[in-house]
Amino acid sequence: MQVLKLIIGNALRHPLRTLLTTLGLLVAILSFGLLQTVVDAWYAGAARAAPNRLIVRNAVSLVVPLPIHYREKIRAVPGVRAVATSNWFAGVFKEPKNFFPQFAIDPLAYLGMYPEYLIKDDELREFLRDRQGVIIGRKLAQTHGLQVGDTMPLRGTIYPGNWEFVVRAIYDGVTPSTDTTLLFFQWQYLNDSLRIRAPLRANQAGVFVVQVEDAGRAAEIGLAIDQLFKNSPAETLTETEQAFQIGFVKQTESLVIAIRIVSFVVIFIILAVMANTMAMTARERRAEYATLKALGFGPGFLWQLILGESLALAIVGAGAGIALTFPVAQWFGAQMGTLFKSFVVSPETVWMQVICALVVGVLSAIIPAVQASRGRIVDGLRAVS
Amino acid sequence: MANAEPAVAIRHLSKSYRRGGQKVVVLEDMSFDIQAGDFVALMGPSGSGKSTLLNLIAGIDRPDQGELRIGGIDINVLSESELADWRARHVGFIFQFYNLMPVLTAFENVELPLLLTELNARERREHVQLALDMVGLADRVTHYPSELSGGQQQRVAIARAIISDPTILVADEPTGDLDRVAAEDILALMERLNRELGKTIIMVTHDPQAAQRARSIKHLEKGMLVD
Repeated sequence: MQVLKLIIGNALRHPLRTLLTTLGLLVAILSFGLLQTVVDAWYAGAARAAPNRLIVRNAVSLVVPLPIHYREKIRAVPGVRAVATSNWFAGVFKEPKNFFPQFAIDPLAYLGMYPEYLIKDDELREFLRDRQGVIIGRKLAQTHGLQVGDTMPLRGTIYPGNWEFVVRAIYDGVTPSTDTTLLFFQWQYLNDSLRIRAPLRANQAGVFVVQVEDAGRAAEIGLAIDQLFKNSPAETLTETEQAFQIGFVKQTESLVIAIRIVSFVVIFIILAVMANTMAMTARERRAEYATLKALGFGPGFLWQLILGESLALAIVGAGAGIALTFPVAQWFGAQMGTLFKSFVVSPETVWMQVICALVVGVLSAIIPAVQASRGRIVDGLRAVS
Repeated sequence: MANAEPAVAIRHLSKSYRRGGQKVVVLEDMSFDIQAGDFVALMGPSGSGKSTLLNLIAGIDRPDQGELRIGGIDINVLSESELADWRARHVGFIFQFYNLMPVLTAFENVELPLLLTELNARERREHVQLALDMVGLADRVTHYPSELSGGQQQRVAIARAIISDPTILVADEPTGDLDRVAAEDILALMERLNRELGKTIIMVTHDPQAAQRARSIKHLEKGMLVD
């Protein structure tokens, strides 16, 4: 009991110093959590990828399309359950800053592969009935205040011209981390329009999304697909959906690495601040530690006091920082609009925050505790006068 | 009882320090005994070695040479942890500046040495109340050091020093930070502990009036006993 009282009492002896140190810890742990969540959000697409989905693209480049007739050939490959086209549309909604991903898809085949998108049956029926209908995600709808029945004009960039759409369905995610910032419309509408506007660009697919029967055979089936189009004018490159998504993230990997480094630099800075606080604290209490040693308390007792105080500060500061991470992340995610598909604090991030706090607490105490336990009693007692 | 083991037996004790590359002899070949139940005042000018001698007797410093037996135990041969255990059981400290833990109450300060014993909470509480009663602070148990006068703080320190019933009490200028009235009070208390409880007390002091309260006075000069 006395130990606990000594730890808490000592921690509160300089209220302003304690407040500033815990505030620093709070900010550091909060910043660390937010930066880690940014990194997680970056990798969210890859994390959500299903192991039984493959992406088939042109081996030359993603921007080079594939002939639509490949679809039937791919479907015939043993182990393939379903194939769907997906064309990246890149239209502008009102202003270029309103970026969100848009795909022209084979609705039934495509949506059948993505059970994580929850669509009401009646809305899906309306979407399938209307060639100009679109399905949008809940977050996208909320960001732009869109409802079922609203018109949604897009200005084409890859496919020039003005494209008129009508919101026919709004999908929800099966989990909070499901991406609900996407827009889907019917590939057939795109293709029919291209036949008139740009006939040479018709009958082409951006990529094929393939669902396989057995995720364990995904690599083997991918090879079989690529083999099928070997030495053709449009060779394919098939990879898992996860590898495909990571390929995108890799293009900005240096930025992600920079964010990770900054997050740990923040922790290092607070470690230095905390270590300085504990060193100052221990120096001021040399006479008290010497007195305790004179009374017969061993080095272990001093370790308990110093480590306990350091950990108490770390736990209070970090606890508040972790608690604040959730509302701040929610607010931050909302401010970012559709930039991040999902901005959810993961349990791994919380664990990393806890571990960082404990590491800061322990490391900050080591040098003062060693000095206090090794110092000569007579020198410590002299410090009082 | 003529051949009883003295409370403190010092034989050929020497201690020196290095200061600026030079050896400074603080105690030189000192030998004397302090009998159990004695109240000894160590006097001498600054630098005479009296505080160093007290530190050696209390087991918080080590001599260069010589033998130091306290209550029959040669403390020079003890390891650091054995010495810490020994201090907990055999030495009560009274410091000039009281050296109380400011975040603990008078009760908790006095209880501290008992945390190193096997006494349970109830037994510890009884001991502490008895000790605080003995020093006249039974009504100040929940007060923090900052809420007590200098004299009262020193009384708490004395209660802490006697709580584990040590073999010797060592006091380094126990009245050095007190006014005359409070100092008299503390000296009277120490006298009482010696007279009524038979406590062996070794006190370093500059104050001749304080020294007069002791049963015997030993003068040191340049690291040697002069009488």
